[in-house]
Parts: sequence; structure tokens; C-alpha cells
Amino acid sequence: MTATDISTKGDALVQIRDLHFVRGTRKIFKGISLDIPRGGICAIMGPSGTGKTTLLKLIGAQLKPSQGQVLFDGKDIHKLSRKGLYEQRKRMGMLFQSGALLTDLSVFDNVAYPLREHTSLPEKLIRHLVLTRLHAVGLRGARDLMPSELSGGMARRAALARALILDPMMIMYDEPFTGQDPISMGVLIELLHTVNDSLGLTSIIVSHDVQETLSIADYVHIVSDGVVVESGTPDEIRASESEWTRQFIQGLPDGPVPFQYPAPDYATDLYGRGGA
Amino acid sequence: MLDFLQNLGRRGLAFFERLGRGHMFLLRILGSLGQLIIRPWLVIQQLYSVGVLTLMIILVSGLFVGMVLALQGYNTLVGFNAEESLGVVVALTLVRELGPVVTGLLFAGRAGSALTAEIGLMKATEQLSGLEMMAVDPFKRVLAPRFLAGMIALPLLAAMFSAIGIYGGYLVGVELLGVDGGAFWSQMQASVDFSNDIINGVIKSVVFGFIVTWIAIFEGYDCIPTSEGVSRATTRTVVNASLAVLGIDFLLTALMFNV
Amino acid sequence: MNSRSVEILVGAFMALGIAALVMLALKVSNLASFGGDDGYEVHAYFEDIGGLKVRSQVAVGGVQVGKVTAIDYEMDSFRARVTMKIGSQYDSFPIDTAANIYTSGLLGEQYIGLEPGADIDYLAEGDTIEFTQSALVLERLIGQYLFSSAGK
Ligand SMILES: Nc1ncnc2c1ncn2[C@@H]1O[C@H](COP(=O)(O)OP(=O)(O)OP(=O)(O)O)[C@@H](O)[C@H]1O
Ligand SMILES: [Mg+2]
Repeated sequence: MTATDISTKGDALVQIRDLHFVRGTRKIFKGISLDIPRGGICAIMGPSGTGKTTLLKLIGAQLKPSQGQVLFDGKDIHKLSRKGLYEQRKRMGMLFQSGALLTDLSVFDNVAYPLREHTSLPEKLIRHLVLTRLHAVGLRGARDLMPSELSGGMARRAALARALILDPMMIMYDEPFTGQDPISMGVLIELLHTVNDSLGLTSIIVSHDVQETLSIADYVHIVSDGVVVESGTPDEIRASESEWTRQFIQGLPDGPVPFQYPAPDYATDLYGRGGA
Repeated sequence: MLDFLQNLGRRGLAFFERLGRGHMFLLRILGSLGQLIIRPWLVIQQLYSVGVLTLMIILVSGLFVGMVLALQGYNTLVGFNAEESLGVVVALTLVRELGPVVTGLLFAGRAGSALTAEIGLMKATEQLSGLEMMAVDPFKRVLAPRFLAGMIALPLLAAMFSAIGIYGGYLVGVELLGVDGGAFWSQMQASVDFSNDIINGVIKSVVFGFIVTWIAIFEGYDCIPTSEGVSRATTRTVVNASLAVLGIDFLLTALMFNV
Repeated sequence: MNSRSVEILVGAFMALGIAALVMLALKVSNLASFGGDDGYEVHAYFEDIGGLKVRSQVAVGGVQVGKVTAIDYEMDSFRARVTMKIGSQYDSFPIDTAANIYTSGLLGEQYIGLEPGADIDYLAEGDTIEFTQSALVLERLIGQYLFSSAGK
């Protein structure tokens, strides 16, 4: 474990070091450290509410940690000026859990938006690029729809097309598979693979779909309770000795993984604080 | 007692923190205005939703306010045989006070609430985060154009309010009640001073545009990103912006006409 | 809503707003009323000008022909000197025209009413109107009334 850590340290694209983050009084991260290697698909898994989305937002510097640092391509992302940060963000794509499409633009214009903002390509070329991306996610025919006319899964695919349009060097996917039927799921997995291999980019996938994720990821971090509990290749994870990991992977209801959000004892709660 | 003090302290601190955030926010907006020169389209779009869509309510209100002013003014003036001063009364009331103030209030209710709700919903649906992650500054593309559009639209709307109000006063006073039309206009022109009355009215409306739009977009940007948070922020915009308009109107009037 | 119609509507909106501002400036306020140079200035002396102000109207038979441009007090004669500018199209008032200060309505604005005389010479730039009648000041009228009724 420490051996791989050291060996990946040199060329890891994202290095998270001793990150602390607090929401209100709740400590979401208590000194988490992990590496996202370059050029692969890296999955971050963990129970709902452990802060996976929060972690992605910390990597994108939308949230500021109370302690620790995130190095993106060797630069401490939280210490950059706004201009420098925006330069780095052009090299990241992010697929939000909700899609986050701009509701006043059509699907086509949404996907074209980053190009129009950051490049001065002729409209003809933009059209070409947008249609290829939309075709890849199966939404070429939906280009004139408004985001309010899309289903959840379609919105997420449109957002994926938008995240891919600038050819970033890294993409963060927050739950790309939820809300997809088996066919789009298969197509999506294939798409993630192709994109990753052909463009040579780095992908971070946050997901609950254990089997799908394990099938495409090159490397997996399992996060729980503010720290990394296990890291490794999918095979290592499947073969894990840890009871915790086994329960999570196999989705067993009983075991060490808490299903409950941290709470006081059930009985005390039910019968009141006085405990009469 | 100590609880009370602590409560007071916490509220006070929260208030000043918010005030501070509001001013930092304003600075960033002002810093983002320059780039709009090369993207006028963004402002035009916002002028449509902030200005064109508010036009109807402003024109209708202005017409009726002017007509009512003429009725009331006539009834008072005719007692002194001075009904030819009706034009003066209507014009001064509209240009100095009612034009900017009523437009400010209507603008807060119509355009301000819409701005807050729109920005709040953009925040709640992660559109603002999405823009940031696309390396697009929401201050430059979303907030600054709205701010500028509000500041341009309100003075224009206030001028239209006053103009149509005076016309409404003319309709009632001259066409309906039979005041002499020549005297209506000429006395108005003799008594309404360009720099004292018209320009001061315009200055008021510019200040109101600034304040109302600032409050509206700050409340939207600072809201709690849930449906309840957005709805509260919208209410706060209407209440705070209206109070601000009335309070600042008093200050400005004191500065302009009394001191 | 396509971008062209948005642009047209916004353009119309701005035009309307600016038109309203121009109307306020030109039609409602004094900015344009007999402003500029096209006119000639004449003077008149009054014992008492009452509430007459700079920019008050100068009218003949109810029609505005000019406005008051300056009011001073002359220490030599202890009279108020009113300067008024008359529109250049009204260039043939006889030199013996009279100027009176009237009030429109009981408490209304005060203005100068001209009453044309019969002379064959016309008023021109810099002339002085000889025949004037001061403003009727309400307090003085009441005072005179009381005085005269007390004298009976
Ligand atoms: N704006 C917020 N204010 C306060 N607490 C928050 C906020 N957003 C998230 N949290 C808390 O942070 C924790 C982590 O949230 P996060 O969205 O990162 O979880 P997640 O791992 O992505 O969950 P899921 O898999 O269900 O999407 C949650 O327990 C939540 O209570
Ligand atoms: Mg999440």
C-alpha cells in the first residue's frame, strides 16, 4: 500500500494531502489523503452522505478546506489566484449529479457554451463538434429541446457531452450511471472507456453502482467516515480481506458499515431524552 | 438575561457579516462590469426581462397615478381659483417624487423578485457551480449583466412613468375637467426647473436602480439553495428593496431640496 | 423568442425611455422654453414684483411670448428691475406697451402681462417699458381695505 503510494506520487494528477473539511459542526473529512493517477479511470466509492460530492467540489476548488491541500498537476489549487484557478478549471470537466444544464439554453447551446466562451471557433466548426458529442451520448435528435423537456438521465447525458466538449485532461463524474436504463448504461460505460483511452484523459468516477464501476475503473478508493478505508485495483478490492469492504461491495445489509446517518441511540431517541 | 444578550450579539454579528458580504459582492460586480463592453448581447437579453417585461405595469400605473393626481389637484386648486397650476402640481409631484419612488417600488416587486428567484434557482440547481467548473465566472456572465440592465432600466422606466403620468394628468385636467391646455403646459414649463427637478428626479431613479438591483441579485446569490430558501430570499428582496427605496428617497429629498 | 426580436424590443424600450426623458426635458421643464438666443431683451421697472420669479411667463392676451430672465433691485431709484426676453417672432410691440404683473387665479403663479400700445416705434433689444403696474399683493389689498373702511 505505501509502496504504491510512493510509486504513484511522482506522476499522480491529483494529490490530496491531509484534507480536513467541516460543514457546520460536522467533520466531513478528517485528514483524507489520496492520489488520482494520471491517465486512468479512478473510482471513488462509499456510502451515501460520506462526502464524495464534497470531495469533487474540493478538487474543483468550489469549496475551501479548513486544512490540507489538493494538488492538481502539481499546483495547489486552493492557493491559485482566481485567474489561475480558471485556467486550471478549463482543463477539468465536471459532470454534476443534477446535470446543472443552463435552463435558458437549448441542449445544443448548452453543449456549445464552453466553446463559445473559451474559443473563437467559427460557428460551423462549433456545430460540427457539438453534434459529434451529442451523437456520442445519443442525443443528436434532442438538440433543440430545452433542459426542462429532458428526463433526468437525458439531462445527465447532455451534461456529459458538455463536459467533454473542451477536451479536458480530467473529468469528474458525479454519479454518471444513476437514472440510465440498461442500454444507455452500457453505451455510457463504453463511452467513458473510449473517451478515456482515445483522449488519454484522467477520469474520476463517483458512483454507487459497484459492479459497473469495478468493471471500468483502473483504480478504486473507498471512502468512509472522512478517511480512505481501502484503495486498490478492482481485483484487489474484490479480493479484499476487510469485512467492511466485502459488505460494501456485496451490498449486505448487516456488517460494520453503518446505514444510519450518525445518530444517538435508537431507543433513547424514541423514548425521549428523559428516558422515563 | 445573558441568553438575551448572546442572542442579540449573534444576530448583530450575523447582520454585519451579511452586510460585509453584500459589499464584497458589490465590489466583485463592479469589477466585472468592464468586460460587458465586448458582450453587449448579455445586457440586451437582461434589459428585455428587466425592462421590456416591466414596461406594461409601469405605463399603466403611471397613467392612473397621473390621472388621480389631476383629479385631486384640481379639486384642491379650484377652491383657490388656481386650477391652471394643475400642470405644475402634477408634473412636480411626478418628476420629483412619485415617478422615481413608485417606479422603484414596482420595479422591486416585478423585476427585483424575478431576479432573486432566477439567480436563487440557478444556485439551487447547481447552474452557478456548473458555470464555475466550466471556468466561466458567474459574476461576469450572470450577475454583472443583470446588475447593469437593472441600473439602465429603472431610470428609463421612471422617466416613462412620469411622462405618461403627466399625459394622464393632461387627459383628466384639460380634456375632462376643462382646464386651459395652454396654461397647463406653459405654467408647467415655467415652474419645473430642468436641473432642480428633472435632473434630481433622474438622479433619484439611478440611485434606486442601483440599490434595488444590488439587493435583488445579492439576495439571490446569497440564498439557501432550496425552494424555501429561494422563496424567502424573494420576499426579502421585495421588503428590503422597498424599504430602501423609501428610506433613501427621504435622505435624497432632504439633500436635494431642503439643505 | 429569437435574438432578433429581443433586440428589437429592447431597442424600442430604450428609445421609448429616452423619448420620455427628452419629453420631460423639453416639454415639461423650462429647458427649451424660449431658451437660447432667438429673442430680444427688454426691461421694466416695478415698485413691487410680488412673487414674480426668474422664468416666470411673459404673456400677451393669455399667450406666452417670453419669459423673465433676470430680476435685480436698483438702488438709485429703489425699484425692482425685471429683464425679460421676448421671442424673436414677436418683434413688433409698440414702444408704449404696458407691463403689468398679474396672478393667475387667487394663489396661482405670477406673470407679466403686456398690453400693446399704439406707437409706431417698436420695442427692440435693450429698451425699457415705461408703463408698468406692480403686483397686487394680497396683504396690501387687505390692509388698504381695512384702512379705508376704518376711515369711514
Ligand atoms: N450545503 C451543505 N450544508 C451542510 N451540509 C452539507 C451540505 N452539503 C452536503 N452536506 C453534508 O455533507 C455530507 C456529504 O455530502 P455529499 O453530498 O458530499 O455526500 P455524497 O457522498 O455525495 O452522497 P451521495 O452519494 O448520496 O451523493 C452529507 O452528509 C451532508 O449532510
Ligand atoms: Mg453525491
